[in-house]
Amino acid sequence: MSTNTSTEPRSRGKAPAGERVADWADGRLGIYSLAKANMRKIFPDHWSFMLGEICLYSFIIIILTGVYLTLFFHPSMNEVEYHGSYIPMQGQLMSEAYASTLEISFDVRGGLLIRQIHHWAAVIFLAGMFVHMMRVFFTGAFRKPREINWLFGFLLFVLGMFTGFTGYSLPDDLLSGTGVRFTQGAILSVPIVGTYISMFLFGGEFPGTDFVARFYSIHILLLPGIMLGLVVAHLILVFYHKHTQFAGAGRTNKNVVGMPLLPVYMGKAGGFFFLVFGFTALIAGIASINPIWNLGPYRPDMVSTGAQPDWYMGFAEGLVRAMPGWEINFWGHTLVLGVFIPLVLFGLFLAILALYPFIESWITGDKREHHILDRPRNAPTRTAFGVAWVTAYMIMLIGGGNDIVATHFNLSINAVTWFVRIGFFVGPVVAFVVTKRICLGLQRRDKDKVLHGRESGIIKRLPHGEFIEVHEPLSQEQMYTLTAHEQYKPAEIGPEVDENGVKRKVKGSEKLRAKLSEAYYGEESQIPKPTVEEYKEITSGHGHH
Amino acid sequence: MFAPADKAQADETAQSLTIEEGKKLYTVGCASCHGTGGQGTSDGPSLVGVGAAAVDFQVGTGRMPAATSQAAQLPDKKVIYTQAQIDQLAAYVASLGAGPAIPTEEQYGPEGADIAKGGELFRNNCAQCHNFTGKGGALTHGKYAPSLEDVDPKHIYEAMLTGPQNMPSFPDSTMSEQNKKDIIAYLGEVNTDKSESPGGMELGGLGPVSEGLFGWIFGLGGLIAVAVWVAARTAKAKKS
Repeated sequence: MSTNTSTEPRSRGKAPAGERVADWADGRLGIYSLAKANMRKIFPDHWSFMLGEICLYSFIIIILTGVYLTLFFHPSMNEVEYHGSYIPMQGQLMSEAYASTLEISFDVRGGLLIRQIHHWAAVIFLAGMFVHMMRVFFTGAFRKPREINWLFGFLLFVLGMFTGFTGYSLPDDLLSGTGVRFTQGAILSVPIVGTYISMFLFGGEFPGTDFVARFYSIHILLLPGIMLGLVVAHLILVFYHKHTQFAGAGRTNKNVVGMPLLPVYMGKAGGFFFLVFGFTALIAGIASINPIWNLGPYRPDMVSTGAQPDWYMGFAEGLVRAMPGWEINFWGHTLVLGVFIPLVLFGLFLAILALYPFIESWITGDKREHHILDRPRNAPTRTAFGVAWVTAYMIMLIGGGNDIVATHFNLSINAVTWFVRIGFFVGPVVAFVVTKRICLGLQRRDKDKVLHGRESGIIKRLPHGEFIEVHEPLSQEQMYTLTAHEQYKPAEIGPEVDENGVKRKVKGSEKLRAKLSEAYYGEESQIPKPTVEEYKEITSGHGHH
Repeated sequence: MFAPADKAQADETAQSLTIEEGKKLYTVGCASCHGTGGQGTSDGPSLVGVGAAAVDFQVGTGRMPAATSQAAQLPDKKVIYTQAQIDQLAAYVASLGAGPAIPTEEQYGPEGADIAKGGELFRNNCAQCHNFTGKGGALTHGKYAPSLEDVDPKHIYEAMLTGPQNMPSFPDSTMSEQNKKDIIAYLGEVNTDKSESPGGMELGGLGPVSEGLFGWIFGLGGLIAVAVWVAARTAKAKKS
């Protein structure tokens, strides 16, 4: 009897509540076909593919905590006398922005914790984006079809820098005020338009009474709004392109080997979100960040030593600190090269990274799609270029903290600054050469392993007394992984005379491309991977090990 | 009837005895650089008119006697004279020429001080070298403004009064006694080992450089460790 009822087709009214809700939603949103297409979407497994997740989750954490902070923050530069609960500020004159930040820190329930989570998450967000970007760079994941997504990611990093900077400036404390003054100085150094931009941005002379309110709209509305849109676009493109994967047995340019989105990655990603949130909250619970009560309210006549921006603006600070204070005076105008050159370098330095995918694809002339990641060693010139870029960045970061480095390592600040000046030019060159050598060395080792097997550590004595080490051949999968990469041939300019014997005009760009291609893929820049013939010759062997 | 005069004479004798003792200590420990009469040599400045406060600061913080006159700056180190000996040295140097005297507890103590005012004064006059809360900072060519953490209030007062090494002096005509007291009270509130750090670990109180370093190593580093852990525990259909 009971078995009968269960096999009978159910009438619609008797469907379980969940199904009815889903049906209702499907009728309006089409979720079934959406789910059918995407639930089994496959993602490959690798810890470095989760770096982007760290960024996404810290971005969400920043938005959530930021909303809480807006409930209590007053973006106003009206002067008030402080009478809150922090004793060492009693009776001090300060802007409402600073006073309300003190109130958030000491008088709002959970305010200080939320402020610290917000700020630590921002530091981690930017650091996460930096490392995520490096992962994409060094594995060649930016190649076609992902160049636009690379640009989206790059824009997120740059907008993140400026969102962070405007947020850091909001409390109107002595440290951030110094930073705003610094920025205003950089704007003023721009020829012709600098003064106009400064007057426009600050509503008159610095500091004026407007910038906190203006930075507030930029910080909580304009920039995060653009970033949110970019994040969505970034993720849609990840879905659309499908995730890249490392080479391996069974993995081709046309498939993705991994786990389905539902249930595995939904579970993992959801869990990882809470791990990131929990970990950030833990950091915020034990370590102080930006203790504005120690810094005091901003006054243009005050300044403290050790005034630095948050780390992601540190390399810009370093550029200015390392730059000699040059200036040119003509016809009553001053061109402050000591600030303007660093400002230009700041832009160029970032732009090189943004444009790199286009430069590389121009050199290779490769129009194919790439879904299999490179191992960094197999693209030695690219890897060396990336390491050189990071080296210059890190040296400037040291330059930005030259005073802290000097006091904590008992050095002269002048010596640190000279180290940075020389290092900015020499460091990347050394890093480039060394990295390329290491990559080639690793390629040779891979080749050796494929042809001769791996060292087993077993020493054998032959009958005539010779000692040899037994090498074990690699498994088929391992050999595939080590030889899956393809190697480009350097591009050639082609014959200088056409079929009729008429001299062809070779464009300068063509010559440059051929030269760069030679530098990228010439004999000096890659070790030819082992061929089947070589392998057969060695393994068909006459007792060779 | 002559008792008061006798007493005065006795004080004078005690005073001159102290100076006498101070001179002996001076001849042994200081004269090789500062000259036999405190007139100074190529290795050390003249001490005529520097006052007892300067001696109490320099010797009382271990900066004097210096190991070398060639260093960019003399660090504070172990104090090798007793306070009684320092007082004798100070009395002798003070006898060479008039200068600021050693301040009393009434001058540098916390009573009647305005901490908030002290903070404002500190940010206006001191923070550009010593950092917001006196954690110290770099000067040119290896010189530095030292950390003021747990420095004896008397020594802070004397430093302001006499301007040791690269520090400018802030005599009472520039900064009143009350202002000095306020600054010392502010430092006592924010920069001793008993000072509270409401946000948790201070990370050196050095601002964004140490925060950035901490954020990279422990923040992102920790999260990457978590990511590696999560990635390693995947739902692979692997037989173990």
